[in-house]
Amino acid sequence: MKLKRCMSLALGLLFIMASGPVMAKDTVEVAFIGPLTGGVSAIGVGGRNSADLAVKLRNADPKAKYHYELMVLDDECKPNAGVQVATKAAANKKIIAAVAQYCSVVALASVDVYHKFGLPVVVWGAVHPDITYGNKYKEIHRINGTMINQNEIAAKFITGLGYKTWVNLYDTTDYGKGMNEYFSKYLTENGGKILGSFGVTSDQQDFTAELTQAKKLNPDVIWFGGLTPLGVRIRLQMEKLGLTSQFQSCSGIISDAFITGSGDFAEGTIAFREGEPVENLPGGIWFLKEYNKVGYKEAPDAFGPFAFAAMNLILDVIEEVGPNRKAVVKRMENIKGYEAIVGSVTFDEHGQNTSPAITKYVVQDGKWVPWKNSEYASGKRKLKRR
Amino acid sequence: MDIGLIAQHTVNGLMLGLIYSLVAVGFTLFFGVLNVIKFSHGDMLTWGVFTAFSVYLGLALVGLTSPSFTLVVVALIAMAAIGFLGAVIAKVLIIPLKGAPPLNTLLITLMLGTVLRESIRLFYPDGANPKHFPALLPDWSHSWGHFTLRFDNTAMLIVGILMIILVQIIIKRTKLGMAIRAVSQDEETARIMGINFNMVVYVTFAIGSGLAAFAGVIYGLYYNELSFNMGLLLGAIGFSAAAVGGFGNIYGAIVGGFLFALLQTVGAAALPFASAYKDVFAFGVVIVLIAIKPTGLLGEKETERV
Repeated sequence: MKLKRCMSLALGLLFIMASGPVMAKDTVEVAFIGPLTGGVSAIGVGGRNSADLAVKLRNADPKAKYHYELMVLDDECKPNAGVQVATKAAANKKIIAAVAQYCSVVALASVDVYHKFGLPVVVWGAVHPDITYGNKYKEIHRINGTMINQNEIAAKFITGLGYKTWVNLYDTTDYGKGMNEYFSKYLTENGGKILGSFGVTSDQQDFTAELTQAKKLNPDVIWFGGLTPLGVRIRLQMEKLGLTSQFQSCSGIISDAFITGSGDFAEGTIAFREGEPVENLPGGIWFLKEYNKVGYKEAPDAFGPFAFAAMNLILDVIEEVGPNRKAVVKRMENIKGYEAIVGSVTFDEHGQNTSPAITKYVVQDGKWVPWKNSEYASGKRKLKRR
Repeated sequence: MDIGLIAQHTVNGLMLGLIYSLVAVGFTLFFGVLNVIKFSHGDMLTWGVFTAFSVYLGLALVGLTSPSFTLVVVALIAMAAIGFLGAVIAKVLIIPLKGAPPLNTLLITLMLGTVLRESIRLFYPDGANPKHFPALLPDWSHSWGHFTLRFDNTAMLIVGILMIILVQIIIKRTKLGMAIRAVSQDEETARIMGINFNMVVYVTFAIGSGLAAFAGVIYGLYYNELSFNMGLLLGAIGFSAAAVGGFGNIYGAIVGGFLFALLQTVGAAALPFASAYKDVFAFGVVIVLIAIKPTGLLGEKETERV
């Protein structure tokens, strides 16, 4: 009996020694900041779910060194609210890094806060160039492209379709003004002629006065630089006033909400966005499969894959250098050829991803379809004035 | 500027003016009868158009798709529902605060507006995103150069003006209107004469709120779009229109509404600066007008309140 007890004890000790030390993982906190309410919340919620997915998958990975917790903050796409939540995240020393900002106006207002508190941040959607190029903050990185790349491609493409004249409308936030500046620059360089340019406020509801002026100028294309809610109003009011010009916009309106809000009039709208459609991304199909497996109520929407890739990058870096803000910032400086689901990521000296592709989209049968796959490209359908 | 362009700007301005006037009339009714400024009025418009949209979806679900029938039903239900909500707000929030400083009512209704607005965003399905309001009027139109005259705009203008005339008839020619006017002149005397003060207040708030819902339906039909925060700016403009026209005077509210639309249109179309400043221009002129004539353009006459 005594021998039996000794044998059991010895076997037990052997098993414990063989299986190695069993320790609970340390918890590391990371944050997601985006517009979860307001006119562009569909994109923000998709981004939040995608960042959450990255954390969930990492926590399910037995090889992960840490257990991660996600703090989610709503910037409402408003600079004042954005600075508040940025301060909340940055001042909390438990937060090691954040995936932050879809709206450029919020990002521009918040970068100083992240720098002041030394919080490493990867921007997942905002496109204003000054977010990365307007400062020398080592804490700020961006996984998506800037409006410079987007508008250069947009201008080349649209003039290539044979359009000659434009009337530009843009919201007078930094985002809209930036879009107008770069689109106008590249459009003129590519031979396009801007007949008129109208700044509008970001909460404007009636555009009939501006569009009546535009109608008189009779442009081939009405271009809008701004976000979905205004994009919907402008598109619908163009129709009401009998404007037959083609409607073109930017990444700010690429959302399911634009199509729902504009109804049938969304058909044929052209816009441009960084990155490939999720299905065409290197890890897109896998991402969608995992996303659907979790059963989120909302779609990842247009920028979900960027939020996922940004969070995954942060988690990889924390795994490598440990949960330390300074170490994460230092490692981020040298990210080169990092393989993410949105493609290869390389940060330049400003923390800007240098290899973002731009995809041209057109609305076809109630969906944003990549131009090259559309019936407009094949000639089966025609854009307005073509 | 060619004549077609002027005609188009005029029609645009008239449509805007109609919506502003309908909102401003509500403000002026509330002020006339109870000396209160109800800042949640713009959000009542939003609730009106969301109610109309929900009824439309409900009718479509049961297969009732006739546009004219649908339009009448959605408009009537929206007006009745929001009118009832207005009466409830009067009973629960406005009348209990009758003896309190006017600032309290103003603050309470300001906060109520936020609650109404945010509740759509949070609780209406996909409430944060803009929605497509159906085109329930025929889209016949005819163009002359730069001018496009649409049947739906013309119909909305006519029905909107008829609605304002109807309110004016109710106020001036009916017993109910007489009671409203009596209460607005002298509450105590009206009570002594046997007028049910509370009931008059409820009915006045119901009429004003129903008008906001009507304005919401016109807005939805005109722009084919609705969003949870659309009432915020409309409320501010309606309030300014009522103020510049002269609080307590229905004609003043109408003049103020059309004047504001005119200023915005001129600001966007005729002045040599960016159209982004059209609201700055319109509100700036309103400030100057109120500074010159604090009682409003048609100034409230004590004997003709409401």
